[in-house]
Amino acid sequence: MTVFVIRRLIQAAIVVLLMSMIVFFGVNVVGDPVDMLVSPEADQAEIARVIRDFGLDRPIYEQYWYFMKGAASGDLGNSFIFGQPALKLILHHMPATLELAFTALLMAIILGIPLGLYAGLYPDRASSKAIMAGSIFGFSLPTFWVGLMLIMIFAVWLGWLPATGRGDTATFLGIEASLFTRDGLSHLILPALNLALLKISLVIRLTRAGAREAIQQDYIKFARAKGLSTGRVVGVHLMKNIMIPVVTVLGLEFGSLIAFSVVTETIFAWPGMGKLLIEAILQLDRPIVVAYLMIIVLLFVVINLVVDILYSLLDPRVRLGEQGA
Amino acid sequence: MSATLSVEGLHTHFFTRAGVVKAVDGVDFRIAPGEVMGLVGESGSGKSITGFSIMGLIDEPGRIVSGSIKLQGEELVGASDETMRAIRGNRIAMIFQDPMMTLNPVLRVDTQMVEAIRAHERVSKRDALVRCRDALGMVGIPAPEERLRAYPHQLSGGMRQRVAIAIAFLNEPDLIIADEPTTALDVTIQSQIIHEAQALCKRTGTALVWITHDLAVVAGIADRIAVMYAGRIVEAGGIDAVIDTPLHPYTVGLLGSVPTSNRRGERLTQIPGMPPNVLNLPVGCTFRERCPRRTSDCDVQPAITEPRAGQAVRCFHPHVEEGT
Repeated sequence: MTVFVIRRLIQAAIVVLLMSMIVFFGVNVVGDPVDMLVSPEADQAEIARVIRDFGLDRPIYEQYWYFMKGAASGDLGNSFIFGQPALKLILHHMPATLELAFTALLMAIILGIPLGLYAGLYPDRASSKAIMAGSIFGFSLPTFWVGLMLIMIFAVWLGWLPATGRGDTATFLGIEASLFTRDGLSHLILPALNLALLKISLVIRLTRAGAREAIQQDYIKFARAKGLSTGRVVGVHLMKNIMIPVVTVLGLEFGSLIAFSVVTETIFAWPGMGKLLIEAILQLDRPIVVAYLMIIVLLFVVINLVVDILYSLLDPRVRLGEQGA
Repeated sequence: MSATLSVEGLHTHFFTRAGVVKAVDGVDFRIAPGEVMGLVGESGSGKSITGFSIMGLIDEPGRIVSGSIKLQGEELVGASDETMRAIRGNRIAMIFQDPMMTLNPVLRVDTQMVEAIRAHERVSKRDALVRCRDALGMVGIPAPEERLRAYPHQLSGGMRQRVAIAIAFLNEPDLIIADEPTTALDVTIQSQIIHEAQALCKRTGTALVWITHDLAVVAGIADRIAVMYAGRIVEAGGIDAVIDTPLHPYTVGLLGSVPTSNRRGERLTQIPGMPPNVLNLPVGCTFRERCPRRTSDCDVQPAITEPRAGQAVRCFHPHVEEGT
């Protein structure tokens, strides 16, 4: 186990290093931030001064070297626009995104697993077929369109929920989140649902497929032959087997929820990292883009590791470190 | 003597899209306490479905259409789900064919054993564990304490089947249905398991239905034997009578296809043809297409007769004359 974790951490470091190169050089190919930074009336001398100030006159490998030197001490550069450390800006926006992603994940679990289980246990019922048809919609409708529809129905026509912003936040256990206020919660529901829709559909399909497969297994029939109640057969014998793939996929999907909440945050004007990123891209604020991508890479690496460890806890047949992974 | 189990006119049909599969189509038998009955037949002859019918574990699209299953006089056909649940695992237990598949891979052995006790009795977990350990010891598992804490994948196939047998005996049931429990095991383990199951039944007075396609196994364990063909019992009787002097042409064919040492070098006889399509069973004797003794009489379904005392057969032309 320890060997496994150490090996994975080394792999992670290599991934992060490679990614930093790709991102840094990639971003430098796109556009010229100087055009965005100086006022249109600036003269040549002032433009030259800006270029020098930001170190853009140096060759790219030298810029990368400075970036890595800074990164080693936790400094991912200053935002061109705000003049503040990029890392600080991103971390400032992170709680909002985490909150959104977490709520979406919770929705996916709370709605997806029971619906999928129902559809798997009673595949011939009309309600099960309706659930499965619904999940196809959840899969195929584009997020931005669904978001607009949600706003139109619930905010414009019905007027039940606010359309944009994060609302009031409150601090609980040192975490500042809109989950803890009524107003914040009402702001959270629509964007979280929009973000969760795809994951709910995914969980429904996974759970259903798992249930359909497991229900045929001898161990389920044997459990019934022991005279166990239906509740125990489904709740323990079936669920524990279904949860293995569901946990794996959900763990990985949590990363993508954070990384790709960009669309939802833009539509609902949610003040999270995604919105910050979109603005940074539009303004060619390179340090922010680079720092954001680096954080996301790190996040994925950590989540993958956690999922692997979780997996070994759920499935006794998997013992980490034995195989040469 | 009152029977532990009596099955009369059992019909279990499956209503599939392709048509009605008459998996069990008129089965009768009785088992006395402590008796071991071998239920023999080819794949698809309905022997497993008979077992699941007794357990009340027939799933859609299958259904017990008619007939009666009585456990010590209590009717099980049409009993409520809760009644059946209370009987399963407590008064009738079942052992499955493939030990690699019957234990839940993600639950420890102790969990799977304790729950089998606690589904039927209010016992503390500690007391239940003691009983589980004793049960494992009884079926010949060394170091039962350790095995209790193991996951199924840490045990060999033979060990797992022993665990399954221990679970079946946990609540000292009146009847155990063993559905080909040794088919997936190698021969040495097979004979150990058979021996242990037999000894346990003798000791606890548990009746046993041993479902198998292997006549050699049946000869080693059963007191009586019932031969199934296409959903019906075609011959039933004491084990020695049926093995030594079979009456039904199908039984004769089955026995002829078992290799024995005194026919070394000879070609094994085989039953020509294939079992009939259960979706569309022929009218009359279902075996007549493959039967060397068929006549025009066989176009009608034969009734059960008893040409010899204690040996029943469903045939117009039983092998009576060859009997010694």
